[in-house]
Amino acid sequence: MVSTSLKTDPQVYRIPSPWIPNPARWRNYIEAMTIVPFGKFFLNTIKYAILVTIGTVLSSTLVAYGFSRVQWKGRDAVFFLCLATMMIPGQVRMIPLYIVFSKIGWVNSYKPLIIPSFFAAAYDVFLLRQFFLTIPLELSDAARIDGASELTILGRVVIPLAKPAMAVVALFTIMGAWDNYLGPLIYLTDREQYPIALGLQMLRTTTPSFYMELQWPRLMAASAVTIFPIILLYFFTQRTFVEGISITGIKG
Amino acid sequence: MSTARSIHFTGALFGSRGSVRRREIKRQITGITFISPWIVGFVCFTIYPIAASLYYGFTRYDVVRPPRFIGLDNYQKILLDDRIFRIVLSNTLYFVVFGLPAAIVTAFLVANLLNTDVRGRSLYRTIFFIPSIVPAVSSAMVWLFIYNTEYGLISSMLSLMGLPAIPWLSSAALAKPSLIIIQCWAQGSAIVIFLAALQDVPRELYEAAVIDGASTPQRFRHITIPMCTPSIFFITITGLIGTFQSFTMPYLLTGGGPNNATELYAVYLYRNAFQYFKMGYASALAWILFIVVVFFSIITFRSSNRWVYYAGK
Repeated sequence: MVSTSLKTDPQVYRIPSPWIPNPARWRNYIEAMTIVPFGKFFLNTIKYAILVTIGTVLSSTLVAYGFSRVQWKGRDAVFFLCLATMMIPGQVRMIPLYIVFSKIGWVNSYKPLIIPSFFAAAYDVFLLRQFFLTIPLELSDAARIDGASELTILGRVVIPLAKPAMAVVALFTIMGAWDNYLGPLIYLTDREQYPIALGLQMLRTTTPSFYMELQWPRLMAASAVTIFPIILLYFFTQRTFVEGISITGIKG
Repeated sequence: MSTARSIHFTGALFGSRGSVRRREIKRQITGITFISPWIVGFVCFTIYPIAASLYYGFTRYDVVRPPRFIGLDNYQKILLDDRIFRIVLSNTLYFVVFGLPAAIVTAFLVANLLNTDVRGRSLYRTIFFIPSIVPAVSSAMVWLFIYNTEYGLISSMLSLMGLPAIPWLSSAALAKPSLIIIQCWAQGSAIVIFLAALQDVPRELYEAAVIDGASTPQRFRHITIPMCTPSIFFITITGLIGTFQSFTMPYLLTGGGPNNATELYAVYLYRNAFQYFKMGYASALAWILFIVVVFFSIITFRSSNRWVYYAGK
């Protein structure tokens, strides 16, 4: 992909295609970024991913705390209900939610994509709760006797110990937001608002079809730009990430 | 248990039973306050949509005019008259029956390879994992290029050997297998889960088997596979649900073509809802999908008693 992204058009169509393009045509990147407003798409995606991540981590931490570190009647039954919601396919909820969001005028904005994330999804709650349960309850009890409120215990005792699990949730959320195609496809109509997922597809299809074939170097350049931040993120968080997958896998 | 004890302890510390009762009520309130974001989300984004969707399934609804109740017409039409529904359902089942096992077998074999002591093992693991972190849209673009008949990676390699190009995505016979190949390629998280399971297999079992004179294939067949069945089961269930709902890849790569060969359930549902604005019809489709998924999950769960081995039992 990177190789193709640096080729001149004739080089792509030469057979056999050279592996290392010479001379490298960096201009493909600039062109890919300017044919469609890619910089804007990029900012849109970053903003969206950050807000969704904040919402998810914040809400699922609070909820997971309520489901694991506080004893109250009916807790486990309610938690089971929470887990049961994972069984319902997204398609069932998609249509009524679209209708509601369009009635209150949220369509063509990021609100329908961001706001629900502030209300804790079952999957993240499950993952965090699982981790919270491994922290000894004596620590909370000691803090309680010292007169700490539940929120203080969460902030001072539980969160510092649960950082790895929270990092996993944050990572999965960022990746999911970066990758989300269907959500923006449904809710966003204004091209200025597009995230890169839709932008990339737009780059592929907006050019007239006879010109389409000439787009490969630019298209590959844009794909490389889209993938790059995720690869970078992965390299810095590799261990957390792989741990996260095996935790969710085994416990699931 | 320890909390129960400590509550008893603090109760005793502060004297009366009344304060214990008050403490209990306070805990009840605290707990519910903490989970309140979920409660709000559950009501707004789960209970309401489910109820609404169930209702819309019995209506004709084009968003512009209010929904009109038509009873079971949508369901009747889908099950009896909709030719594309049948194609779409059989396409999706094709992916479940052929694509999913292919993906699981690939992931399992790769995980076994990665579990052997080779140099640069972590590098290999990274290489196999990267496809599953790459955003679906970007990998769709890359695969479009790889599969391109005229200039794509595979075609140019084939032409080097003097072979004709393969119409990966444009032939109705090949489009489905081509998508399955992509699915097998992006199995990073399954590989990680299998790796974790493989590392949990007790060494003694293999040692004992070696003493008994078991060959490598025999050890694989009688130790590795049975010990990994819980994670195979997990991947099967999640994969089942995922396959029935897969959208982005087929939508971007083939758009359902050629001749509806890769039109999948989720894509067809999306078209009905957001391209033809048949919200009632699409809601009915969603419920049928739900029933199909539940049906297949139950079959898998039922069968799991026969083939899933839990060391604990």
